[in-house]
Amino acid sequence: MCINGENFTHDSLSLLEYARLKGLNLELIALELNGRIIPKDEFNDIIFKQGDKVEILSFVGGG
Amino acid sequence: MKNNLKTILFNGKKYQTDKVDSASFFASQICKQNGELQDSAWQDGVSQEGELQDSVWIVNGFATKEPKVLENGDELWCIKKGEMPPQDALESMMSARHTPKVHNALKQSKVAICGLGGLGSHIAIMLARSGVGHLVLIDFDIIEPSNLNRQAYNIDDLGKPKTQALQAHIKAINPFITTQIFTQKIEPSNIPTLFSGSQIVCEAFDNPYAKAMLAQHFHAHFPDSVLICASGLAGFGDSNAIKTHKINDRFYVCGDLFSAAGYGRGLMSPRVNICAAHQANLVLEILCAKNGIKNTQKKQQQSKQSKKAKQAKTIKTSKNNQKQATKKAKKGNK
Repeated sequence: MCINGENFTHDSLSLLEYARLKGLNLELIALELNGRIIPKDEFNDIIFKQGDKVEILSFVGGG
Repeated sequence: MKNNLKTILFNGKKYQTDKVDSASFFASQICKQNGELQDSAWQDGVSQEGELQDSVWIVNGFATKEPKVLENGDELWCIKKGEMPPQDALESMMSARHTPKVHNALKQSKVAICGLGGLGSHIAIMLARSGVGHLVLIDFDIIEPSNLNRQAYNIDDLGKPKTQALQAHIKAINPFITTQIFTQKIEPSNIPTLFSGSQIVCEAFDNPYAKAMLAQHFHAHFPDSVLICASGLAGFGDSNAIKTHKINDRFYVCGDLFSAAGYGRGLMSPRVNICAAHQANLVLEILCAKNGIKNTQKKQQQSKQSKKAKQAKTIKTSKNNQKQATKKAKKGNK
């Protein structure tokens, strides 16, 4: 799986585990998994698998 | 007999003539023949000799002082400098300036703007100036002094809801735009109603949690609509770090992605405006593409870039050849 351009050799990795690993606040991110923007309700169940393409964007303040 | 009559649209009226030469000459002909210009606001635009005077001439949407030979179907406007033309003239001019295809595409479009601060107020004004026909303006807050450093409001606006103040500004800029305002917070529960009918939604919040909240909920309700977010625009300098990032066809993020507003790095007008312009420019690009209008500028840029790349290649290869030649020469000397 490839998350934000970084390759992971795990067979599977949940979003929650990844967030813990990287210190991500899930309240501040947008998640795209294989071309689909994932709704917030599904965050707890998301598990990345081999071959998945993942983009995670962390928003910063200002506007 | 050959028909040499040309149809010219002058100040919103159709004329047929075979005498068309330049815009000014045409106008002076009309002036003499019909007395059309005598009593109108346009009469100072052209002298009895047919010379352009202190007025603005717009030929096919392009303001010009050059005498242009008019072609069949050309549209010509003459506006007295500094005066408000009639509303239909104003709209027809805007249509001509943006080309009718683009004008009509934008006019029938609906775009929502979430948050009317430094980003949102400027996005809304840019879209209004461009003629995007329907704008939905959403913000719960009132205007306070700390907003004036970057937001499109005046001292007179202090204390007013941002929605109402911006609606008034837009009406003064482009009276052909319809605006719908919602003075309320955007929450997951009201997303389905606030954005129904909008082809594109611009996220222009200040708060990062609000930004993420919209991104996390929007597409569940509107899978086919486009969301344009902003992230990373605080501080000053490094203009070119602010970019339009395409996540997919329906989700874009503008900004440098890391410059958060915080202590020692405040929000300043130019950088906020650069990001707002990225968002507004993307709105126009998407709306035009949706209506089958090709972006000729992009094509030109691409062909320029490929030309440059080719040139760079030839320069490189010639440099390599030179290097090899000098190497050979050096070897020969040894």
